[in-house]
Amino acid sequence: MELFANLAHGFAVALSPINLLMCLIGALVGTLVGVLPGIGTIATVAMLLPITFGLPPVGALIMLAGIYYGAQYGGSTTSILVNIPGEATSVVTALDGHQMARQGRAGPALAIAAIGSFFAGCVATVLIAVLGAPLTKLALAFGPAEYFSLMVLGLIFAVVLAKGSVLKAIAMIVFGLLLSMVGSDIETGASRMAFNIPELADGLGFATVAMGVFGFAEIIRNLDAGAEMSRDLVQQKITGLMPTRKDLTDSAPAIVRGTILGSILGILPGGGAVIASFAAYTLEKKIAKDPSRFGRGAIEGVASPESANNAAAQTSFIPLLTLGIPPNAVMALMVGAMTIHGIVPGPQVMVKQPDLVWGMIASMWIGNLMLIIINLPLVGIWVRLLRVPYRLMFPSIVIFCAIGIYSVNNAPVDVVLAGAFGLVGYWLIKHDFEPAPLLLGMVLGPLMEENLRRALLISRGDWSVFLSRPLSAVLLAIAAGLLVLAVLPTLRAKRDEVFVESEG
Amino acid sequence: MMSVRSLAGACLSAFAALGAFAVPASAQNYPTRTITMIVPFAAGGPTDVISRIVTAHMAQTLGQSIVIENVVGAGGTTATTRAARAANDGYTLVTGHMGTHAASVPLYPKLAYHPEKDFEPVALLAGTPILILARKDFPPKDLKEFVAYVKANADKVNAAHAGIGSVSHASCELLNSILDVKPVGVPFNGTGPAMNALVAGQVDYMCDQIVNAVPQINAGTIKAYAVATPERNPSLPNVPTTAEAGLPAFQAQAWNAIFAPKGTSPAIIATLNAAANKALDDENVRKRLLELGSVIPAPANRTPEALATLVKNEIAKWTPVLKPAT
Repeated sequence: MELFANLAHGFAVALSPINLLMCLIGALVGTLVGVLPGIGTIATVAMLLPITFGLPPVGALIMLAGIYYGAQYGGSTTSILVNIPGEATSVVTALDGHQMARQGRAGPALAIAAIGSFFAGCVATVLIAVLGAPLTKLALAFGPAEYFSLMVLGLIFAVVLAKGSVLKAIAMIVFGLLLSMVGSDIETGASRMAFNIPELADGLGFATVAMGVFGFAEIIRNLDAGAEMSRDLVQQKITGLMPTRKDLTDSAPAIVRGTILGSILGILPGGGAVIASFAAYTLEKKIAKDPSRFGRGAIEGVASPESANNAAAQTSFIPLLTLGIPPNAVMALMVGAMTIHGIVPGPQVMVKQPDLVWGMIASMWIGNLMLIIINLPLVGIWVRLLRVPYRLMFPSIVIFCAIGIYSVNNAPVDVVLAGAFGLVGYWLIKHDFEPAPLLLGMVLGPLMEENLRRALLISRGDWSVFLSRPLSAVLLAIAAGLLVLAVLPTLRAKRDEVFVESEG
Repeated sequence: MMSVRSLAGACLSAFAALGAFAVPASAQNYPTRTITMIVPFAAGGPTDVISRIVTAHMAQTLGQSIVIENVVGAGGTTATTRAARAANDGYTLVTGHMGTHAASVPLYPKLAYHPEKDFEPVALLAGTPILILARKDFPPKDLKEFVAYVKANADKVNAAHAGIGSVSHASCELLNSILDVKPVGVPFNGTGPAMNALVAGQVDYMCDQIVNAVPQINAGTIKAYAVATPERNPSLPNVPTTAEAGLPAFQAQAWNAIFAPKGTSPAIIATLNAAANKALDDENVRKRLLELGSVIPAPANRTPEALATLVKNEIAKWTPVLKPAT
């Protein structure tokens, strides 16, 4: 069969010593980038891109791809340990992952994140190889109207996953949407809510807000006198590094579901991976026998989104490999890397550059294997990090966050803004507003606005496009259904019980 | 522990380093240290690729390395502002392009620099032709039919572009002003998503740089009506020029050129210009640039004076087209 011949060829390319080394470097750097809060994949790939110019093209791209999916492994680490999501895709992981850490179960949480990512990575690699070309049609079927409806669905996820009051969750989403509007208007280029600060012309960065409301706010809260107890809790009660048999049986179906959702959503250009992780979490919470466990350390709440974001990170290569069109900023940098090496990415790249395409696909599987081998032993080290006294750990976290935020745009203003968002975040936590829906609103906001305006521009202001296009109508119907479920009075009563018990 | 001796050595070298900063760069021995080339766009984009190919060769000629610094934001104007305020000692240069050094004038009323007043032109590096592209099932078969169709259906057609201030936006505005139509402009975040929408048939037409379009045209996923340069491009020999196809007024290419901060000494400019000229005559450099679909300027168009004229003409060309859009 042609597929096996192609894959065999790919492995022959990927297993050459230089490419194996590139894959390992990519996986290591990716893990590091994911672990360090604030230093994002886009910034890293952009910084490292010039270094790859001297390398052979296949090796260079294998390394860059490794950084990209490697970061998905590492991104969960800080989410779980210190409640700071390193990437937008690991925001939901913080919800249950950090609760697990507080219960002394950081080890199993980290291990299940790595195992889930590995499984998802393997499945997605096979998917790219087998179904890459036909799946491309899905990416093309998504026009502006479909995207808008998908984003609406995404925001509904944020309501459903909130632990506390629905009203507060909606308030946070709207606040996130408002923050996302800072910057330049996409259609006219007019400046919005930028207050003549040039650094705000391109909008607020995800890292700036995330480090503020999660990272800095979490530290302030921990230094709060009342939090003394929970701090000791994290440090003393560490039970077992590896997941128990029960953990594995609980997580297995969640990993499979997360992988499926992630693989499908990852193909969509834009916020695919972010939506995938939120969707996976929402699904787990909805089908769980006892949804009240979520937000309080449910292992499925770590396993499913972590599998989903890794699957999505990998299937997002499909549009690049089959169409030559980059679906996100990191992929756009990879296109740049190809261009510099004289490879013009396009629909024929699979035929014209079999070494590159199949070598990369094979390297993804090898990279995932390397990542799990790197990450499982690291679990012990990470967990030990929790024993570092807070008077040492907090300043280091603040420094790393500040360096990370500064490195995104080399703008001191961003660091100051993150500080301000830290205070905002602290106020929000104190008043039982959750930051996760805020971040989702902020990440999905631009996509939602742009696609709403594109859809209406193309339809000449006719709102019925969102219902007359079948895919869009289905997505909106699911969103409406979820919203009804979320606000049903009986359900709300259940939520409030949970809410009273959970600590602030 | 650091020994007294090495400490003294460190002090000496620190003084030497200080000296290098204090002594004004003399043109005779320029360059004596690493030159920084600011590229106002992300690594891997067309401007970045062209800068890297040319500066790699220039560095050999000059005997000093040239470090590329990618500074992104606000359509390249953030980086260009920084370059305008840099020391005019020849060690900080910028690769400007059609957007940063011409279209920015009408687009950004509060621009912190002026392309003519704050920069010394050094050398034009390359031009990237603009193509008129359409979804593959767009009814018109050639450019004449396209013009007639767009005029007849001006209220129905959609033109995609990669965001306000992008090359695709500016050139589409120019085309629309020549055709005297105002189609609905659908903004996308960059050329990738815009191309995706064109391939998927969600929008009707677009003007874009040749680099992004060639593979799609060859695969038949989109079609090209014409190339907006005086001559056909070797990478698309079957695509006619706008003049051949009946729309000679539409001439546009995204050009890239090196600029230095205002007041950089003429001798340094001459050294840099000579190095750039030598690079553009190198067979390997030419081959790489042609692969990208770029047009390499003729020697007469590579002088600083020619670049000054180009900037002046381009500002005059884009200002009336882009002013009403903001």
